[in-house]
Amino acid sequence: MIPSIPQPKVLTIGYAAYVTLFFVFLALPLIVVASFAFNDSQFPSLPWEGFTWNWFFGDERPMIGVFHERSILRAIGTSVFVAVGVSALSVAVGLSNAFLFNRYTFRGQGVLYVLMLLPLVIPGIVLGISILVASSRVANGLWDGFRWDVEALRPGLTLVILGQFSFITTIATLVIGARLQKFDRTLEEAALNLGAGKLTAIRTITLPYLAPAMIGAFVVAFLMSFENFNTTLMLVGSDAPLTIAMFDRLKEGSTPLLNAVSLLLMLGSSCLALVMIFFQKRGR
Amino acid sequence: MRREAKLGLALLLTPLALWLSLLIFIPHIDLFLVSLRERVGVGKYELSFANYLTFFNEPLYLWTFMRTAVMSILATMLTLLIAFPVSYYIAKMVKGRMQAALFLLCLVPFWVSELVRTFGWMILLRETGIISNVLQYAGLASGPVEMLYNDAAIMVGLVYTSMLFMVVPLVTTLESLSDEVVEAGYDLGGNGVSVLREIIIPHAMPGIVSGCIVVFMLCLGNYLTPTMLGGKESLWFTELIYSQFIVRFNWELGAAFGFMLLILSSLIVWGMLRLTGQSLEKTMG
Amino acid sequence: MRPSPLAGAFVLPERPTRKTGMTPDLHCSALTKRFGDTTAVDNVSFSVPPGSFFSILGPSGCGKTTIMRMIAGFLEPSDGDIQIKGKSVLNVPPNKRPVNMVFQHLALFPMMNIEENIGYGLRRAGLPKGEITTKVGEALERIGLPGIGKRKVDELSGGQKQRVAIARCMVLEPDVLLLDEPLGALDLKLRERMKVELKSLQAAFDTTFVYITHDQSEALVMSDNIAVMNEGRFEQMGSARDLYYRPDTAFVAGFVGDSNRWQGRVTRIEGGHVEVQSETGLTLRGASHGRALQAGDMAQAFVRPEAIRIAHGADELASFDTTITGQVTSLLFNGAASRVLVQGEAGHEAIEVNLPQSGEFANLAKGDTVHIGWSSDQANVFAAGGL
Repeated sequence: MIPSIPQPKVLTIGYAAYVTLFFVFLALPLIVVASFAFNDSQFPSLPWEGFTWNWFFGDERPMIGVFHERSILRAIGTSVFVAVGVSALSVAVGLSNAFLFNRYTFRGQGVLYVLMLLPLVIPGIVLGISILVASSRVANGLWDGFRWDVEALRPGLTLVILGQFSFITTIATLVIGARLQKFDRTLEEAALNLGAGKLTAIRTITLPYLAPAMIGAFVVAFLMSFENFNTTLMLVGSDAPLTIAMFDRLKEGSTPLLNAVSLLLMLGSSCLALVMIFFQKRGR
Repeated sequence: MRREAKLGLALLLTPLALWLSLLIFIPHIDLFLVSLRERVGVGKYELSFANYLTFFNEPLYLWTFMRTAVMSILATMLTLLIAFPVSYYIAKMVKGRMQAALFLLCLVPFWVSELVRTFGWMILLRETGIISNVLQYAGLASGPVEMLYNDAAIMVGLVYTSMLFMVVPLVTTLESLSDEVVEAGYDLGGNGVSVLREIIIPHAMPGIVSGCIVVFMLCLGNYLTPTMLGGKESLWFTELIYSQFIVRFNWELGAAFGFMLLILSSLIVWGMLRLTGQSLEKTMG
Repeated sequence: MRPSPLAGAFVLPERPTRKTGMTPDLHCSALTKRFGDTTAVDNVSFSVPPGSFFSILGPSGCGKTTIMRMIAGFLEPSDGDIQIKGKSVLNVPPNKRPVNMVFQHLALFPMMNIEENIGYGLRRAGLPKGEITTKVGEALERIGLPGIGKRKVDELSGGQKQRVAIARCMVLEPDVLLLDEPLGALDLKLRERMKVELKSLQAAFDTTFVYITHDQSEALVMSDNIAVMNEGRFEQMGSARDLYYRPDTAFVAGFVGDSNRWQGRVTRIEGGHVEVQSETGLTLRGASHGRALQAGDMAQAFVRPEAIRIAHGADELASFDTTITGQVTSLLFNGAASRVLVQGEAGHEAIEVNLPQSGEFANLAKGDTVHIGWSSDQANVFAAGGL
């Protein structure tokens, strides 16, 4: 069934209705979350008690808004710190991997490529516990053997960053690799022909060409890190990133404060996504 | 020139090797080794299969394991069934701006964290939630209806959360199917069903497989959705792992659980690839 | 007119193809397709007799693909009727129409092997397995590719794919086979070979072919009848020879074959002979072939390079009523199709002239003075509307 094949009207309308219904299904939870951020009530549920900005700007109990809630603000800061670290690392390693698989042929390359893909098919929680177990054992060994206490190997932000990096890198590699694949190698040869050195050619021709993909990979990595839960849950120490902090609060019972945070998250990630689309449009 | 190339290769191989060995292989080997330890005294361990025996001898563990697997497969199939018509609509029924807009609309919910999405479903489904209120208002229910904390709620959450990972690969592969080929199918006498079965689905197979693999993985490894929407009795395998590690501090048993989860997921992914004649490079890369 | 008992003897012998005889295989009447405000196909009527090869020739965007898609059933006409073997197919969905199509990019199913591709339509028709195998085998035999049934689509060469795409349709024994520029994707050499091959396949299968193309040589070589299409209308319908030597319109004259072309004003008319003063200052004589032209009208004149005689001396051209003396500005060597550009002394633009290959001009060089000329019958003059 494509538009050029005549179909009964009922079928066409029914199909369109199904797709509409699907989008309602997609939008519903988000609309609900966003709307109740403005409910003047202690609970994010009906009845509607009137409109308020208090869950954003309120500064006295019981309605302390997001912008006056220290712990939430700190968690956002932690998340941003982690996400920036993870994105920077993954884009750097992803770039290197993309060149490795695109520009070289060596024995075992195929196998290595499959290995590179593996983190995508390992459940996030297993990634988390395996890194937790290994790093703790190394830390214990170092303490037992040399009396060195390596804080970085204990649950905490370093491990969170490493844990998220371990699978987000695969995605960065795929995003950057896909664009490198489309790169016309003769452009580089033309640069060499015009007197550039090999590294200069890559720096002045190839990297600018890859820039949209690198920005795209950075944003995707940032968003994935920001919303990661499973791996982070197993590796987190005392400084909780936002998803973990929100999870802990949600377990105790929700207030529209969480809706307000969620709405801000939606706005933030939409902006990031728009930035990414903008750069990818320009890269075309 | 050759030396330069070798140096370049070595330089590019290093980060990859460090990443894969330090963060993937060594930790997993270590996890396996820990799972093979049995604690016999304070700080004393012996090599044994005790943890795996515990897993197989305790019906609750085994039941949770099987249940997680079956529900994940079910959620994957549901996601595929729901996503396929939508993806086809986006890929083949609309063109240009409309296509781009619908595709973008599909992505939007996934720019926000799973926690927010799950939170949305909680507000909708719980006793004091929107749907319960709407039902009462419409006279379809006499009192508050609790729709949270059951398997159906878990299913809704899993399907919702996985949707993107099915829609994107499906749209990508379906888009590459040229209209001409579909038209040829009709021109030679095919009808909607036979064109779907013989042309569209075989063409979309790599997308279907890669979507199913990712969705299945996400369901199997999901912790948040079953916990929040399924409540305390949700019996999801990841919850067992979490409780062994964080609550009971029994890392040995937790490691064995983790390994069982890994084996299960690898087996099903491998089976899916074998069954459809696809390869991991083709579906994921 | 009184039917003469001998009339049949003077008519060109029709190829003794189908018994159906009188009803054309395909008949379109007043076919029209509008997309919003634009009219892609404008009131087009034609008939294709059984067993013939009919081409629609036109530049891209002229509406020829739209006609083809309407015949195949992928577009609904805004107006008019399509009849196949005398029966209207307007309300018949594409999968039930007795026409099949060879698509522009062939549309072989990449998920199936060759055998499955050719057998696809037969399976749809619900034929028993054994019969399908036999028919597929026969079809492969017929296209000269026996034994490739188990191969994959992308293991075939361009020409082989072409033949498989035709066989895939022909096993269904359609009343009409539609071909949508199927040679477009091939390289030049292969295209030349496929032209001949397509024509012989058509003869072998003895089926009505409707072929659309923007490549005039494909149409000229293969077709029994050609329709030249422009901006949604048929400009002219006829045999290749008609189109080439007796174009009805300026568009056909310009589109089919190469021509020298002048824009100008009619200065004199004498019977069928027209004198045109071109904007570039050349006075030339041509024929109106019955077209209404009057002195003072704007006109376009076309002269084919091969219709122009070239000579060393002016006296050799005495029998021609348009003669020009000029200098060779370029030699365009192309084997048998070599040409020269001659710049007239009057200063008008260069004229392309075919170079006879009999040796007398073997030493022609740039800058040489030559004489060229043509008889007015060889120059087609058309009224240039709205200029």
